Amino acid sequence: MNTEKTFKLDGKDIPFKDGETVMDAALRAGEYIPHLCHNPDFPPHGSCRVCVVSVNGKHTCSCTLEASTGMDVDNSSEAIIDERRALLQMLFVEGNHTCPACEKSGECQLQAVAYHTGMLSPHFTHFFPKRSIDASHPEMMFYYNRCILCGLCVRVSRDVDKKSVFVISGRGFKSKLVFNSSSGKLGDTGFSASDKAASVCPVGAILPKYHGYEIPIGQRLYDKEPISVVGDTAAHNGDRTNGGSNE
Amino acid sequence: MQNLDNFIDKLLADSDDSPTRLLQHLIAIQQQYSHVPDEAIQVLSKRLDIPPVQIHSVIEFYAFLHRRARGDYDIRFSDNITDRMLGNRGLFRGMCRKLGVKPGVPRADGKVTVAMTSCTGLCDQGPALLANGIAVSRLTEERIHKIVGLIEAGTPVDNWPSRFFIIKDNIQRREQLLTDDLIKGSAIESLLTRGSDFLLEWLDQSGLRGRGGAGFKTATKWRYCRDAKAEEHFVVCNADEGEPGTFKDRILLNSYADCVFEGMTLCAGVVGAKKGFLYLRGEYLYLLEKLEKTLQKRRDARLLGNGILGCEGFDFDIEIHLGAGAYVCGEESALIESLEGKRGIPRNRPPFPVTSGYMQQPTVVNNVETLVAAARIAVCGPPWFRSSGTVESSGTKLFSISGDCERPGIYEYPFGVTIRQVLEDCGATDTQAVQISGAAGSTIPPQEFYRSIAFEDVPTGGSFMIFNKKRDLLKMVLNFSRFFCHESCGFCTPCRIGGRLMNDLVEKVMVGYATSYDLEELKKIGMVMKKTAHCGLGSTAPNPVLDTLEKFPGTYSKRLVNKSYEPAFNLEKALEVSRHLTGRDDEEAHLRLGN
Repeated sequence: MNTEKTFKLDGKDIPFKDGETVMDAALRAGEYIPHLCHNPDFPPHGSCRVCVVSVNGKHTCSCTLEASTGMDVDNSSEAIIDERRALLQMLFVEGNHTCPACEKSGECQLQAVAYHTGMLSPHFTHFFPKRSIDASHPEMMFYYNRCILCGLCVRVSRDVDKKSVFVISGRGFKSKLVFNSSSGKLGDTGFSASDKAASVCPVGAILPKYHGYEIPIGQRLYDKEPISVVGDTAAHNGDRTNGGSNE
Repeated sequence: MQNLDNFIDKLLADSDDSPTRLLQHLIAIQQQYSHVPDEAIQVLSKRLDIPPVQIHSVIEFYAFLHRRARGDYDIRFSDNITDRMLGNRGLFRGMCRKLGVKPGVPRADGKVTVAMTSCTGLCDQGPALLANGIAVSRLTEERIHKIVGLIEAGTPVDNWPSRFFIIKDNIQRREQLLTDDLIKGSAIESLLTRGSDFLLEWLDQSGLRGRGGAGFKTATKWRYCRDAKAEEHFVVCNADEGEPGTFKDRILLNSYADCVFEGMTLCAGVVGAKKGFLYLRGEYLYLLEKLEKTLQKRRDARLLGNGILGCEGFDFDIEIHLGAGAYVCGEESALIESLEGKRGIPRNRPPFPVTSGYMQQPTVVNNVETLVAAARIAVCGPPWFRSSGTVESSGTKLFSISGDCERPGIYEYPFGVTIRQVLEDCGATDTQAVQISGAAGSTIPPQEFYRSIAFEDVPTGGSFMIFNKKRDLLKMVLNFSRFFCHESCGFCTPCRIGGRLMNDLVEKVMVGYATSYDLEELKKIGMVMKKTAHCGLGSTAPNPVLDTLEKFPGTYSKRLVNKSYEPAFNLEKALEVSRHLTGRDDEEAHLRLGN
């Protein structure tokens, strides 16, 4: 067999397979690159831009970038972290993210990545959009306030569940998630709590009904260890929803 | 709605049930019914096998598509900064007042809607508007008055005085590209005589680079596409000329369409494409019929179709697709998405269109002007082309000149011409700044007028907007920041949110509530957008702000309240509630937001 191909990430050699992205190779090697719209189980998307890295001086998204030898990837310089923090702050001011009152607090990837980058405040002027909740579905709730338009539910419902329950509509800052039903309500779609799309939301936009605060604040996923160690919330959603919900 | 059913049946009978036709169907329905009725969405959904909500999402993406009826008359004023400098706001308000309509809201009787739209490409003969999609130029108070009368009298737009619709080419200066037209078929004959390898060699030697502004080598693009193994290959002409201040393609499509199609056919012959698309921006709807006729004439002359010029196996035809008011579709991968009938969200690249474009097949996407140049090179050869321009930027470039000058219009110059020379020729005096390459381009101050237009110095897609010293450049900046806010596709965080944050801050500067801290914020957000955006729209959107902050700091500093901090509370925004409650929207009910 040939000698393994590698690229450099913050000075470390990261092995990669042909066609693998910088993100996937890094995660496989146990190196954390912050991300929100990316979920290693699904093809990369590249919309949140939080996984920005500098490759030989050029800033680019690591989840969509194919790895190649000779790459020198900066994943932790002040400049890169500043950019990520600004992107996260933008996401915070775009919606209404009131962490202390959110059921997902402590298990929310947006919150955890914000901690990871040292974000102390949303910094920018809040948009304070008027957004509602869709509680029409018997099992699941949708909180528009918290949606960050990562498109994970859209892709997973379309590609895995084969239902296309979710679609992003509108344009620019008027973009919004909509549901595939004639009434526009989630309850009138074919969505089910057992859909894969029900467990991929990185924030608290899609949550099961009738379950709240079953794990006390302080004992939740990211309360114990940072996201750079325990990884994505979606990878743990199974433990949480199944552990606490069925009986 | 029996009528609607018939209309859609006929629409669908004329084409296959491919979902790629969705956008074209929606445009046709919009034109017929001034909106896309829910019944139409249901029928399309069944026939094309697309969920209704996905059709909604396409409608909501394109500014020219609506789910609520606009009325018998759908009026859109072009709102580029050059239209504003020619007084479009006053005319717009006048028309709204006379018709008794609120901007963007259909009149209660369902007759008319008057709204604003992004630059419609008539900057040299503005102010301009679109009446049911058809361009009307040179608006004056008198013309507005007449239009209001025609609307109230219920006169169909087709029967309005033809002088309203005169769009002049306005060519002020010609060089090699515009002097002679091509003899029809001569470029294709050259290909058939010399062979594609030889022609690629010619394109290489001529040094032709993409005229859209990015300057990628045309021969390299064609070669990549040709060498990509696939079932099919495609050629796309990007006529989505949406960059504010650009209108050169309008002229090429109007008077040099044969040359454009010849360039596409040449490319098809080289890369082995059977099918080509011309993606025509919706604003140029008035050119469609003429272009279709030109295509038919070319088919009749065996310059398109099967066995072109008698050469067996050389089969190629061209279909025209319309855009529907989305600037981002000028980005080649967004354009391809739009061609496939979808929302125009730029794709992740690589793979590039040359290996995976339309329907994931190798696709060449070229600017209109590039294709014209390629066709001419195929006939006249590299030395002819190289006789103009610089070593790195060979040939000539069409400039779309508008703004403060005596003779706006189309100017063809060899690459390497200085900005000063151009300003002199078009009769610009007392110039404060030139905005080169559109809203996404660069703002050039007088001390840099010695610079030349070329890929190696100041590159351009052709837009050249001139501002004299009486102009308030901040109005330009605000116009552009609103434009980008409106045109962002919304896919990536920095452009979707950063663009809006920047626009809000520029508004804050405009009303005089900004501080030097806010200017630093603008720079910071702008740099984040530049470095992290998904596509060229997002990464160039901050340019006008960043450029003017650097080169025209006085534009901002003279408006700063002499404090280092001002709360984020925005009085103008807070007033919105009071305006809504009192039903007022007159000037007195606003802070000073410019005109």
